[in-house]
Amino acid sequence: MLAGSTAGLGLLAMAGGAAAQVRLDITKGVVEPIPIAVSPFAGDDVGTRDIGRAVADVIVANLESSGLFRVIDRQAYIQDPESLRETPRFAEWRPINAQALVTGAVSRPAADRLVIEFRLWDVFSGSQLRGLRYELAADGWRRVAHQISDVTYERLTGESGYFDTRIIYVSESGPRTQRVKRLAVMDQDGHNHRFLTDGGQLVLTPQIAPDGRRVAYFVLRTPVPQIMMLDLVTGRSAPLGEFPGMSFTPRFAPDGSVLLLTVARDGNSDIFSFDTATRRTTQLTQSPAIDTSPSFSPRGDRIVFNSDRGGAPQLYTMNRDGSNVQRISFGSGRYGSPAWSPRGDLIAFTKIQGGFFHIGIMEPDGANERLLTRSFLDESPAWAPNGRIIVFTREDPQTDRSRLMTIDITGYNERELPTPLDASDPAWSGLIP
Amino acid sequence: MRPLFALLPAALLLLAACSSTPEDTLGSDEQAGGNVSAAGGAGGSPTELGDGSTTVIVEEDLFATGAPGSQQDFEINVGDRVFFGFDSTTLDDDARATLDRQASWLFQYPATSVTIEGHADERGTREYNLALGERRATAVKNYLVALGVTPDRLLTISYGEERPVDPGRDETAYAQNRRAVTVINLVN
Repeated sequence: MLAGSTAGLGLLAMAGGAAAQVRLDITKGVVEPIPIAVSPFAGDDVGTRDIGRAVADVIVANLESSGLFRVIDRQAYIQDPESLRETPRFAEWRPINAQALVTGAVSRPAADRLVIEFRLWDVFSGSQLRGLRYELAADGWRRVAHQISDVTYERLTGESGYFDTRIIYVSESGPRTQRVKRLAVMDQDGHNHRFLTDGGQLVLTPQIAPDGRRVAYFVLRTPVPQIMMLDLVTGRSAPLGEFPGMSFTPRFAPDGSVLLLTVARDGNSDIFSFDTATRRTTQLTQSPAIDTSPSFSPRGDRIVFNSDRGGAPQLYTMNRDGSNVQRISFGSGRYGSPAWSPRGDLIAFTKIQGGFFHIGIMEPDGANERLLTRSFLDESPAWAPNGRIIVFTREDPQTDRSRLMTIDITGYNERELPTPLDASDPAWSGLIP
Repeated sequence: MRPLFALLPAALLLLAACSSTPEDTLGSDEQAGGNVSAAGGAGGSPTELGDGSTTVIVEEDLFATGAPGSQQDFEINVGDRVFFGFDSTTLDDDARATLDRQASWLFQYPATSVTIEGHADERGTREYNLALGERRATAVKNYLVALGVTPDRLLTISYGEERPVDPGRDETAYAQNRRAVTVINLVN
């Protein structure tokens, strides 16, 4: 299922030590997007020129969606793609205020092969920031466009990219009393969408393994609802393991070898870990309360989870063996579905307060809680692999629609992630290996 | 609709309970048995999904008298569900009265077993609600066991917030959705 055609990749040239002036400061609360120009890539003929324009379109959409860039309209460009095979005439890019410029070229050395060259320029210092050459199968250009987007994003923001990734989620259709739910996967920009299950079973809360090959998900089936593991390469699905009750809320450890889950039995839900190699199950919580929605820290040493042991559902952390439990949420309202950022510095959560649902973030010790969203029903936050963007579910009672939304941790740039049907329970893959 | 259960004369209940051949009717009563939860949650049966017609029929077929020992009999003459407060698993007086009747019915038909389906409204997280639904189903099971029903006749399952009976987005709907439904297991 991986989009074939990983690219051979070589460095064209590097700007030797020239300190880039074009660099975004995104530690501030408010981000001023960086103006950037993305030229259509040059091509040798009509076919490669079409691909060159499509590659640029993907890069533009990615950078725009991040909220950290303002892509200058192509109509304003003076230099044409062909002449940009040489060093750009920077004097023609400064007047339109482009601080950075992306150029490139596409050629077709064989019928089924492409070569894509890409350069990133600092317009004001007139220097090249990155130059890369990709050799790929002819159908792999979209993925290379995502990789170029990541390189550009990383070079200009100093943070790791997240465009060459996928999102797995639950596609929804039908009346709410008999909702049909199917697993679906797509590129983070919504392309290459495909369904992974046929809707015959009610599926929830998919999680993608760090290796990108396996998906753990929950099936609400009789007699005992349970966690299933789907191999994306073979397409085969099997129960994760045998547990003493309903098993749900699967979460991979950062190394992918262990899963956290909830087991509910006799009216009590506790958190367990399951080692996929030894198939050993270990119980981590023992309280008679509801303990659920576990999530590993990126180092794998701590776990955040949801528990109503204090009366109402709140957030707690504990060591990976269940010891050293600390409550971290103290605000008014009810908390749930915590997700530890892959960067480790924040925990995202759902908060229900005053009749509204919020997506919020706090530090791992509970400090500096901030609510990023507010609506009738926002829930199930999941992180982009760079720990900067959160994807979540929003249900709108007016339209009766359920959609995926993304928001930056600054609380800005809230936008819909379009899906063919209604959607919920998103999970974001790591960068595709 | 629900309060009508309480108005049904005890005599009718008795009459229904005294009729014979409960087991034979179970198989043929499959449509009535396929209530909201069963139809939606059974899984592995794609043709059922997206077709709400069976649900509606069951809900409105209030004055039909089901064959004794059947799901329909159970729904009409006993009451198949109890309701809960927000984030609560407490059984109030109405719920206990319903469960008292369920226990009597289960004594009357000792060959039957049931599945208790726990449900939640949508005003919690999806995952917490799966746990909450399990807790509600267990609360019902424990009550029936305390009345003397043998535990191995009582399966439980949680549907969390996945199968609301009322698609509304207000407290009236949520009150209907916070429920535990007792469903007669079909004998194969």
